[in-house]
Amino acid sequence: MAERASWSLGSALRNVFGARTIDEDTWDDLESALIRADFGPAVTEEIVESIKAQVERYKTTDPRDVQRMLRELVEERLAKYDPTLKLTERPAVVLVVGVNGVGKTTTIGKFAKFLGNYGRSVVVGAADTFRAAAVDQLATWAERAGAQVVRPEREGQDPASVAFQTVDYAKRTGTEMVIIDTAGRLHTKGGLMDELGKIRRVVEKQAPISEVLLVLDATTGQNGLAQAEAFIQHGGVTGLVLTKLDGSAKGGFVIAVQEKTGLPIKLIGQGEGIGDLTGFTPHVFAQQLVG
Amino acid sequence: MATFGTLSDRLTETFKNLRTKGKLSASDVDGTVREIRRALLDADVSLDVVKTFTATVRERALGDEVNRALNPAQQVVQIVNEELVAILGGQQRRLQFAKTPPTVIMLAGLQGAGKTTLAGKLAKWLKKDGHTPMLVAADLQRPNAVNQLQVVGEQAGVTVFAPEPGNGVGDPVRVAKDAIAQAQRAQHDVVVIDTAGRLGVDAEMMKQAADIRKATNPDEVLFVIDAMIGQDAVTTAKAFQEGVDFTGVVLSKLDGDARGGAALSVASVTGRPIIFASTGETLDNFEPFHPDRMASRILDLGDILTLIEQAQQAFDEEEALKVAEKIASEQFTLEDFLAQMQQLRGAGSIKKMLGMLPGAGGMKQQLENFDEREIVRTEAIIQSMTPAERKNTKLLNGSRRLRIAKGSGMTVTDVNQLVQRFEQAAKMMKTVARGGVPQIPGMGPIPGGGGYGGGKRQAAKNKKKSGGGSRSGNPAKRAAENAALASGQVPGAASNAPAGSGFGIGGGAGAKGAPSEEEMAALQKLLGR
Repeated sequence: MAERASWSLGSALRNVFGARTIDEDTWDDLESALIRADFGPAVTEEIVESIKAQVERYKTTDPRDVQRMLRELVEERLAKYDPTLKLTERPAVVLVVGVNGVGKTTTIGKFAKFLGNYGRSVVVGAADTFRAAAVDQLATWAERAGAQVVRPEREGQDPASVAFQTVDYAKRTGTEMVIIDTAGRLHTKGGLMDELGKIRRVVEKQAPISEVLLVLDATTGQNGLAQAEAFIQHGGVTGLVLTKLDGSAKGGFVIAVQEKTGLPIKLIGQGEGIGDLTGFTPHVFAQQLVG
Repeated sequence: MATFGTLSDRLTETFKNLRTKGKLSASDVDGTVREIRRALLDADVSLDVVKTFTATVRERALGDEVNRALNPAQQVVQIVNEELVAILGGQQRRLQFAKTPPTVIMLAGLQGAGKTTLAGKLAKWLKKDGHTPMLVAADLQRPNAVNQLQVVGEQAGVTVFAPEPGNGVGDPVRVAKDAIAQAQRAQHDVVVIDTAGRLGVDAEMMKQAADIRKATNPDEVLFVIDAMIGQDAVTTAKAFQEGVDFTGVVLSKLDGDARGGAALSVASVTGRPIIFASTGETLDNFEPFHPDRMASRILDLGDILTLIEQAQQAFDEEEALKVAEKIASEQFTLEDFLAQMQQLRGAGSIKKMLGMLPGAGGMKQQLENFDEREIVRTEAIIQSMTPAERKNTKLLNGSRRLRIAKGSGMTVTDVNQLVQRFEQAAKMMKTVARGGVPQIPGMGPIPGGGGYGGGKRQAAKNKKKSGGGSRSGNPAKRAAENAALASGQVPGAASNAPAGSGFGIGGGAGAKGAPSEEEMAALQKLLGR
């Protein structure tokens, strides 16, 4: 399976970097490749202009220089922010939020395993009491990851109270990490976004929230920015998780999201297996993306 | 998205220079096309689709299709819209049912596209239509997808066929096959098969989907795609078309604020129609897809298109002249005023109409404050008058006013205000019609800002006056322009002032910088139809 290869921009850029010299086509192809990778027209324009300027300054005609410049530029723009997760509190409470179907529950399963690998005890709170069978889905993941799970006591229970009970459980049992799943909500739904604020307030009564992770789907287009802005406003997001990078989508919109919001990407998900979650390294990401 | 500004804003900017020209020049078109290209990319329309699309628009815009009813800018927008609607499928398509039941509908798509939820929505919708649908749990991959389908099925009140527990156990192809037999036994006339989410690059899973298709021979294979998807839409859609060859598309999560350019990409690249739109989390948020609505959403042109349509409808010169004559000869009466207001109300909610205008975003606050019932009240007052009174407001003495107030359930003050305003407006219109610039006591552009702040009644009445004045808007404007030309003024400025401020249209927008002439013209055409 050519999964990694297809994720990379490499094939799209082969025309650019494989050419004999830098000419007008180079810029057209580069622009097309970036737009196809969801960088968005604005960021694309900036990148192309900046590389054009560099090429002029160094008077190079070798397309491979363009490749190097692009890689450096992407890396530099991604590396402006610190991708470290801050989980020093005990218990460290992590709230996971996002729109519907981006992979929140799956990410939590993988994240629980990820933390478990470092020898941390983990409890997950099933505060997605809205979607049918979301609690069971999370419980299945928790079992695979070897984590405890706090379920709602009854159907349709207030998600904030489930979150409260989860943190409470962690304090009583001395569990180090608390991950709270929330229902997917479109960022345009005012009532649901307010509910998120309530969950935060209720949890904060028990323990400070270490991280609020916003899960973004790599297939998302320019709407990702609108999502991030809304979730920051209502959810106090501290970091981003980029999922579904194992598909053909490149997730280029995260550059715009990072820069517009100042939020670092902290984790990336690349598959349905429980081990398919890694920390974010700008260097590796840029390398894979540009090739 | 606030970041880039809306297309309407940018197009308005581009169009500023086009106003006076009759026909589009190549550079005009290029500028406009560039903006449209960027707007489409911002809306996540795939690059290749954008390229062919803009090429077509450019060609048509430079062609000879000159429409006299529209200004050049509107022409381009109209061409764009027509092309968009054409790609999106033009016509709505309905679900195809099998001649001999059961009709088999298979759902496919990426992870998290909303297939399982959609299965429930579809089932509920079918049930409402008198069908007896059965849901089939063929997503044996995702943890507890089977449970989710069972819950959703219960909510929709339909049977769920789930012989396997899921979570990686069981063969989905076999489940799908058995489901058909079960449906025949249990007399279900529609079978909806929920399949696992899969990536376009996952060859193994795509083969599984193809196998399910082969085993069940579905009448419809619906490709469910998230309205928020970006450039990857095309790659994914192609992969699914090659893998399972879907017959129709469902756009999910349309209740968000994504422009949904993916819809355009998918429809254009695969040639498959979009059949349904899914617009919320509860099972009732589901509707057939409307290509025309999607077109304006992608371009975010408000309903400027509606305005264009209305502008296109032949302007009734004769009628307008009659009104203009009436105004000039002081015969514009409350009766005409009432007739126009009723016509305006017939055209739909004023609030909504004002909201349609691009650039009305800034007016939203003021629109909120604008009470539509004012119009109803005004109507009531006029209707409480005798025909003679309506023709000649001078007849209205104290006792008549009291009677009118009682008859309409308002106070005498309200009646007085109305009469006063009407007289003022009639006077202004007369001045304009005769080619002068109206002297409006104590105001720059009408006290729109002050009016809104001071009391909504006044504001409402100003608005309402636009109904009265607007029909004469065009001839009046023409007259004013002629007069201005004669006196060496810039036509745009002169016509803008009386038309806008005089009739109170400018009142709303005036607070936030004057509306462009583009909008003014559009509004006038709307009101003056």
